[in-house]
Amino acid sequence: MAERTFRIWRGDSEGGDFVEYKSEVGEGQVVLDVLHTIQAHQANDLALRWNCKAGKCGSCSMEINGKPKLACMTRMNMYEPGETITCQPLKAFPVVRDLVPDVSWNYKQNKRIAPFKCKPADADGKHRMYQEDIDRVQEFRKCIECFMCQDVCHVLRDRDRKDAFAGPRYMIRVAGLEMNPLDDEDRIPELKHELGVAMCNITRCCTEVCPEHINITDNGIIPMKERVVDRFYDPLLIAFRALTGRRKRTKLRTVESTKE
Amino acid sequence: MSKQLPVVGGHPTGFGATSRPDNWWVGPAATFLGLLTFLAYAHWAAFQGEHYYAHSYLSPFYSPVLWTDLAAAGSAPVEHAWLGIWPEWWPSFLPKSPALLILVFPAGFRFTCYYYRKAYYRSFAGSPPGCSVGPMAPSGKTYHGEGRLLLFQNLHRYFMYAALLYIPILFYDAFLAFYNGGNWGVGVGCFVLLLNASLLSCYTLGCHSFRHLIGGRSDCMTPCGKATTQFKLWKMSTWFNGRHMAFAWVSLFWVGFTDLYVRLVSMGVIHDYNTW
Repeated sequence: MAERTFRIWRGDSEGGDFVEYKSEVGEGQVVLDVLHTIQAHQANDLALRWNCKAGKCGSCSMEINGKPKLACMTRMNMYEPGETITCQPLKAFPVVRDLVPDVSWNYKQNKRIAPFKCKPADADGKHRMYQEDIDRVQEFRKCIECFMCQDVCHVLRDRDRKDAFAGPRYMIRVAGLEMNPLDDEDRIPELKHELGVAMCNITRCCTEVCPEHINITDNGIIPMKERVVDRFYDPLLIAFRALTGRRKRTKLRTVESTKE
Repeated sequence: MSKQLPVVGGHPTGFGATSRPDNWWVGPAATFLGLLTFLAYAHWAAFQGEHYYAHSYLSPFYSPVLWTDLAAAGSAPVEHAWLGIWPEWWPSFLPKSPALLILVFPAGFRFTCYYYRKAYYRSFAGSPPGCSVGPMAPSGKTYHGEGRLLLFQNLHRYFMYAALLYIPILFYDAFLAFYNGGNWGVGVGCFVLLLNASLLSCYTLGCHSFRHLIGGRSDCMTPCGKATTQFKLWKMSTWFNGRHMAFAWVSLFWVGFTDLYVRLVSMGVIHDYNTW
């Protein structure tokens, strides 16, 4: 056991300040363990959100020494013995109290995305999709909605452009639907005009903080940017579609296959 | 949209402000110095217009040679120039450097590259300089990301098409490097040129636009459950894409080094060990 110093931000939406606590830290403990110890013995009214303690629910995301992290997955032995641990709520969202932010804005973004629309079945009445195509989509399904990618995104965090950008979490939500071989919805226009994919300047912080190691930028956002380029900015593809009458996405194919 | 509650939580605000105690600035600073060094050298080398050819080695900054100025020291022989000798109508106030005629495409490819965009947005534009570090001009509605003035970044795929054409040209240069005056032989410069073409290939094949166009644009690359050529190419590009940053830096360094090597051999500063 060793005594460690914690600086925890205490307050609410009106304001607050850092309060220093000293606590004994045992071998193998994570930051959430120490916060629970502080809550039990020194600050019974400390507000923090947690649930699974296994890095799978995304509840205990907070900023630890300035970086968005899951408190339950941040081992204390990552830090130098004399280092003070600073805990703050996520910056990108309003504070409810202490370390608990109000992340409801994210759920509103989710509702803006057109849901999965299944293609018509094959001639034998079955829907088929193959593992190689699904692997690509499956990566995005690992998201635990900790919202650390939303927090670290400077467009939302520092530039206050929540009006223009839905954030990296919802870029990969769209990517997961758009790349699904059985999906028949067209979200490319809303990706450009409403969800604001162009606001992302691909500085990859979202990918760096993702606890599920989802390659948000390379596998999600950039492929979506490229699909927007296909549709709106590539003069050759636009001319090709105009000449041949072909559309990029599958809506027409559905109509054609229904006719057949 | 409803107005957000005021951001509280003890977070510092302003350019470079952060609660991070680590040396977050080392990465952007190293990137800044690395790119600045390359840009300075590449500009200097491109404007020289001489000492870009030695033995049978052609500097990649000058390949392909469209016109050659035979009066310049260390210039390519006329059979190496696609359009022959430098035209007389060329304005005298413009430098006679073959590099200036062709570098716009690889330079545009690098400038609009998704990796380099990250690199210079962070290290040159401070947008943001690091993760959870305050960016330059953080507040207000003036930030438009890659919209408006930066819409030209969407032309990356066209620079990629051009960059793809350079790969066989650079391999052909490396092949020709083994023939000095019609005699087959081997020199250190041959391997320098060969490695340069290989590294540039690795960088180009991992390009995000290439990966998209080769297969990523499709939702179904394995119809009937069988891996198609499209799927195999996409998997190959995905492997390179995962190492895109590494290949971006290594190929950047090596293309500069290749020019320097050819230049120093041409100037007689260093000796090229070879069998000729």
